[in-house]
Amino acid sequence: MLRDEDRIFQNLYGFHDAGLAGARARGSWDNTKSILDKGRDWIIDEMKKSGLRGRGGAGFPTGVKWSFMPKQVGEKPHYLVVNADESEPGTCKDRDIMRHDPHTLIEGCLVAGFAMNAHAAYIYIRGEFWYEAQCLVDAVKEAREAGLIGPNACGSGWDFEVYVHRGAGAYICGEETALLESLEGKKGMPRLKPPFPAGAGLYGCPTTVNNVESIAVAPTILRKGAAWFAGIGRPNNTGTKVFCISGHVNQPCNVEESMGIPLRELIDKHAGGVRGGWDNLLAVIPGGASVPLIPKSICDTVLMDFDSLREVRSGLGTAAVIVMDKSTDVIKAIARLSQFYMHESCGQCTPCREGTGWMWRVMERMVKGNARLDEIDMLEDVTRQVEGHTICALGDAAAWPIQGLIRHFRPEMERRINEHAGRRQAAE
Amino acid sequence: MAMVTADPQDVPKVASFAFSAANLEKAKALMAQYPAGRQASAVIALLYIAQEQAGGWLPRVAMDHVAQVLEMAPIRVYEVASFYTMFNLKPVGKHHLQVCTTTPCWLRGSDAVLKACQDAAHCDVGEVSADGLFSIVEVECLGACVNAPMLQINNSEFYEDLDANSTRALIESLRRGEKPSMGTQVSRQTSAPIGGPTTLKSQPAKG
Repeated sequence: MLRDEDRIFQNLYGFHDAGLAGARARGSWDNTKSILDKGRDWIIDEMKKSGLRGRGGAGFPTGVKWSFMPKQVGEKPHYLVVNADESEPGTCKDRDIMRHDPHTLIEGCLVAGFAMNAHAAYIYIRGEFWYEAQCLVDAVKEAREAGLIGPNACGSGWDFEVYVHRGAGAYICGEETALLESLEGKKGMPRLKPPFPAGAGLYGCPTTVNNVESIAVAPTILRKGAAWFAGIGRPNNTGTKVFCISGHVNQPCNVEESMGIPLRELIDKHAGGVRGGWDNLLAVIPGGASVPLIPKSICDTVLMDFDSLREVRSGLGTAAVIVMDKSTDVIKAIARLSQFYMHESCGQCTPCREGTGWMWRVMERMVKGNARLDEIDMLEDVTRQVEGHTICALGDAAAWPIQGLIRHFRPEMERRINEHAGRRQAAE
Repeated sequence: MAMVTADPQDVPKVASFAFSAANLEKAKALMAQYPAGRQASAVIALLYIAQEQAGGWLPRVAMDHVAQVLEMAPIRVYEVASFYTMFNLKPVGKHHLQVCTTTPCWLRGSDAVLKACQDAAHCDVGEVSADGLFSIVEVECLGACVNAPMLQINNSEFYEDLDANSTRALIESLRRGEKPSMGTQVSRQTSAPIGGPTTLKSQPAKG
């Protein structure tokens, strides 16, 4: 188990003061100037060496992403945009960072913004996080009044502003280009890539979009050193991670743990175990709604990191662990996610706009068993036609949970169809 | 995607709308967050202010006013107001109950929470109660999944770790005009496990 002193978010649960004094006592803003004095190249290189992979779901190396920004500032200013649109079902980790440890994020904005030559950061927070947005606004004000951000931030000679921008209820705005559209005052409809945001992002200017947790861990990594962070977890899957454990466990919770912790240990140690014991486990969605579920047989041994979960054809995603015990109607659980994706499709691409609705309607019939056996294959086929054929990844996200269900619970789907057919025959 | 038309027949006609002096000042401060000429970025922020001033929903005249303040074409504002689910294009109850029913909440009993809302608030999903006190909608994941099931009231307060009884109690308390305390409705510190945290038990270390 990760040692307490290696946890980055020392106030994850809000037992202590979230304000500047409390944050300073926990080490935030401790000589930030000395980090900036080491220069942009050192910061980016250190982030690369730490092995940090983006915490928003895709797992792209953060330091590498920062290095994509133009080295010199041209005619257009550079921007850092923080994705705080946390909306992936099962995920509620950024919320804790923003309400209980907001200064980790604001200090992270400064070091990341400085490293990419940006003078401004916009934190795009989902509209429903009204309280958390207030916490951020308060923390920004405190940091500015203390000279930590604003003109000559931390005495570094670098001017840096942080702005809090609220969304208004649209899952799609978690997709980085939809987020940028929304930030510009439009409907959140994803843009085609290329151009990538590092070339043309917010207002057509070079922009990097990072998840809250990716930015908030940066100051501690730079203070304690890349080697410290890289020493936790496994190669290519380094560091600590905030996990969200929800669903059928005795004590649902958030917890910061080592990457690569066995799923079973995570659930047993921190969430009080599966309701009714480990043997009562049916399946787990290990990384937020969009990753395929894994049945108990895989849960018995799988490690919680990017590569381990990819090997079992699922994913770490946002590390939101949704646990389902044997009482769960697993087809209905996935059908509800299909409904979610139908609701959240922005409607721009035909395969997604039409496909999410189609898949949901078939899934609803599958819940009742009111289908033909060969429709399982047809459903699978349609998911493949949506996947990879849309501007953004929402189409993929809608397809994967259904593919996971068919892969692991096909016998249950067939049983239900046969039962329904039997009932119909008996009625006739 | 909310996909509600901007001015349906069943929406009360509102003759005019303009920001109060205090709200206009608030709006101007928010517009200053963005570079010159990029004031459209403040459209969501201004729609929130307008919605609050108009009593929890956005009549068309309020959207027109926002368009005017931001120098945007009205249609661009309608597009935004109808795209995002937190804008109400028709009147809602004084307490607008937004019940999360996405899978993580559903696994922990959101069906019972929704039913308790319907019973206690005396209205159905998509309706406003006869006394105007409550309205109910089902919403998608609100990001409090380790405190499921949960609901949000009026785009601000989260109420978490609910069951049928605590939901009914919450609604009755609102009916009496009280201010129930936000957050978890059981004995627990925010997102820490019930019974106390398994980590971070000592004084915080320097991170």
